[in-house]
Amino acid sequence: MTTITDPPKESFRLSQLIYDTRYRSLTFQAIAALVLALSIWYLGNNLIQNLRAAGLNISFDFLGDTANYDISQRLIEYDSQSSHARAAIVGVLNTLLVAVLACITATIFGVIAGVLRLSNNWLVRKLMAVYVEIFRNIPVLIWIIIIFTIMTAVLPGPRAFRGDDATSSMVLGSFAFTNRGIYIPAPIWGPGSMVVVATFIASIVGVFAYRRYTTNLLYATGRLLPVLWPSIAMLLLPTLLVFVILGKPIGLDFPELKGFNFQGGIKIGGPLIALWFALSIYTGAFIAENVRAGIQAVSKGQTEAASALGLRPGRVMNLVILPQALRVIIPPLISQYLNITKNSSLAIAVGYADITATLGGITLNQTGRAIECVLLLMLFYLTISLLISAFMNVYNSSIKLKER
Amino acid sequence: MSDTHAESVAFVRETTIPESPPPATERGVVKWLRENLFATPANSVLTIAALYVIYLILASTLPWIFGGLWTTTSLAECREILQGKTGACFSVLTERWNQLLYGFKYPVEEYWRPNLAFLLLFIAAAPVLFFDLPRKLLIFTGLYPFLAYWLIWGGSALVPIVALLGILGGALVYQRFVKSSFAAGFFGAILAAFVIWIVAGMIIPENASENAMLRAVPSRDLGGFMLNMMLGVTCVSLSLPIGIALALGRQSDMPLIKWVCVIFIEFIRGVPLITLLFVASVMLSYFFPPESTVDLFLRVVIMITMFSSAYIAEVIRGGLAALPKGQYEGADSLGLDYPQAMQLIILPQALKISIPGIVNVAVGLFKDTTLVSVISMFDLVGMIRGPILASTEWNGVYWELLGFAALLFFVVCYGISQYSQWLERRLATDHR
Repeated sequence: MTTITDPPKESFRLSQLIYDTRYRSLTFQAIAALVLALSIWYLGNNLIQNLRAAGLNISFDFLGDTANYDISQRLIEYDSQSSHARAAIVGVLNTLLVAVLACITATIFGVIAGVLRLSNNWLVRKLMAVYVEIFRNIPVLIWIIIIFTIMTAVLPGPRAFRGDDATSSMVLGSFAFTNRGIYIPAPIWGPGSMVVVATFIASIVGVFAYRRYTTNLLYATGRLLPVLWPSIAMLLLPTLLVFVILGKPIGLDFPELKGFNFQGGIKIGGPLIALWFALSIYTGAFIAENVRAGIQAVSKGQTEAASALGLRPGRVMNLVILPQALRVIIPPLISQYLNITKNSSLAIAVGYADITATLGGITLNQTGRAIECVLLLMLFYLTISLLISAFMNVYNSSIKLKER
Repeated sequence: MSDTHAESVAFVRETTIPESPPPATERGVVKWLRENLFATPANSVLTIAALYVIYLILASTLPWIFGGLWTTTSLAECREILQGKTGACFSVLTERWNQLLYGFKYPVEEYWRPNLAFLLLFIAAAPVLFFDLPRKLLIFTGLYPFLAYWLIWGGSALVPIVALLGILGGALVYQRFVKSSFAAGFFGAILAAFVIWIVAGMIIPENASENAMLRAVPSRDLGGFMLNMMLGVTCVSLSLPIGIALALGRQSDMPLIKWVCVIFIEFIRGVPLITLLFVASVMLSYFFPPESTVDLFLRVVIMITMFSSAYIAEVIRGGLAALPKGQYEGADSLGLDYPQAMQLIILPQALKISIPGIVNVAVGLFKDTTLVSVISMFDLVGMIRGPILASTEWNGVYWELLGFAALLFFVVCYGISQYSQWLERRLATDHR
């Protein structure tokens, strides 16, 4: 009688590590881990030896030391006696300021140029194509320098505004374009101004509530209330009313020429303007292409079908075309915002005190703490990037086509 | 019946009327103008606004360009000749031409070397860019990096020759062993190349560069637009294979390799290039062995290559993801192993999809090479902002210089993007 015996137990052979698919990936990963560990050890060892040779150590204590340098463009209190950490925070805020400003204007430029590129008008179409090609194909650094040069070399100095035979005058009597920067009126917050602001915020909330109410009413009863004019009225009237009743608590402080320079108002420095404007038009050219691609991605049948349902052109745009085009436009748009944030680090070329110029420039040179400064700098940008991409992932999953 | 008709109708036409031309508003220039420029009142307003903008731009630039001077020796002389009239001072370009292109330290009598390298670049790139050319030309493409290195840096010819020998040795080993196992071929090749380099490094005499055929030029003497071109070409060509490897690694089933690639790619893409250049200029030397001195050019090449390979990896990952799953399964069902499937089935298709993205990265990278001026390397922008604008003769000649730089970059970048569009049409195999 024969019994079925177990197949002979395979003894593990070394060659299985390479030829057996069960073990092969483990082998490769083990090799990779070894190589990785060796290279980290090698680099770290070099680092330690080099630091010891130079008599340095890794420490972040320098952040508490006095910075000893001035920053002219700042959003929070800062003077040369403040610490390096505070200088870095000033830099962070400046980076965020120019990034947010540039994102807003780049979107405006981009949307206008993108829509005009699809215009029926041949001349406008070609003009926009030239704009897009010129700005996309020339480095942003050159644009920043060009605009900075316009700011400093072409605009008149404050001296030109003085005297009876002044060669320059203020635009509308309140904006002064000088080679030291642009001066604009500053708001003065008098007593009771908070009430005005609160009313304004309340009206914004009210507008949203009203829009939601009209939508619900439309879905429930089919009755369509007017939206645009009531919204505008709700937005402006209460605020204006409160403003007048409280006796105009918010005033304007106009810039004035006193001595050799302008006093009062808000000064927007030349570097900020150069960086802001250059980033806007440069990135605007890229956004224009995204917008054009997005609108073209919606097939013509959608427009025709919506018209066949009897929707008016405005509603076709709002209800059918835009929601579909935005799905294509917004993800690249967000990565353009990310690019703006990263490109704002070019501020160092025109002397705008962003995080790269403060922490990575002056602080680094003064303290010689290269490794710490560059690491902190990278950490900051990495945080911003990860936050933006996390937001993008959330957005992408929320607009994903619901498929069965 | 017909008789009555004949009497009642005074005239019957027997021939057809010759076709009359369409009304004047429906033909030729007028029709085109009406449809394309003045279709609606709003459109007409736009047209007039656009014409005004064009007029403004031309009216301010044309007199300036055509009134330009080309032969003076300083800005003061320009102003003297122009006497308040509008006109550019292009003489800064003619006088500083060599500095703009080669930097201010490259020896004048050796300019033919970068020139020759630049011309040969076209021959080397041609078979890569245009597939119709004979494939034999690729041999020259393979030799070009070593030749160009020797031409630009000079010194002993032994260095590039040894580098070439190492790679040839590696290739031979790869050919020999790849049939039995890809891994054996791959790692064997790397090992062979290193053995050759190390052995040769011991053989090459220390003073080989002293009485060399070409005079040695240290890399800190490189500058001008040449530096931009060199950084752009080197980093793009190096980052392509690394980018492919990273993209494949990111798709890998092995968690360790996958996560290393993901972290690398996301880290590099999350920080601006300037911070990486700071790493190159102030931090990277801490990671090299204490006694070694790695020059700034090489450190910058390392960092820019890392930067662009991360971006190229993302582009190629997009191409890989766009392939239908059936392609992967088809390759598996044919019994191909991983390297074969990638080389024969997946990568050719994925790379084809990725071409526009890769070209975008290449153009962006070429533009970004201007950032090296921030870490005080004298590339085109660095030359303009540094030595030229700071000189007493040319202090204040902004527009001519910046316009020249913008024009150079525009020509190159626009050329590359036109090539990519041509290639896309050429490679389009779907019938649309």
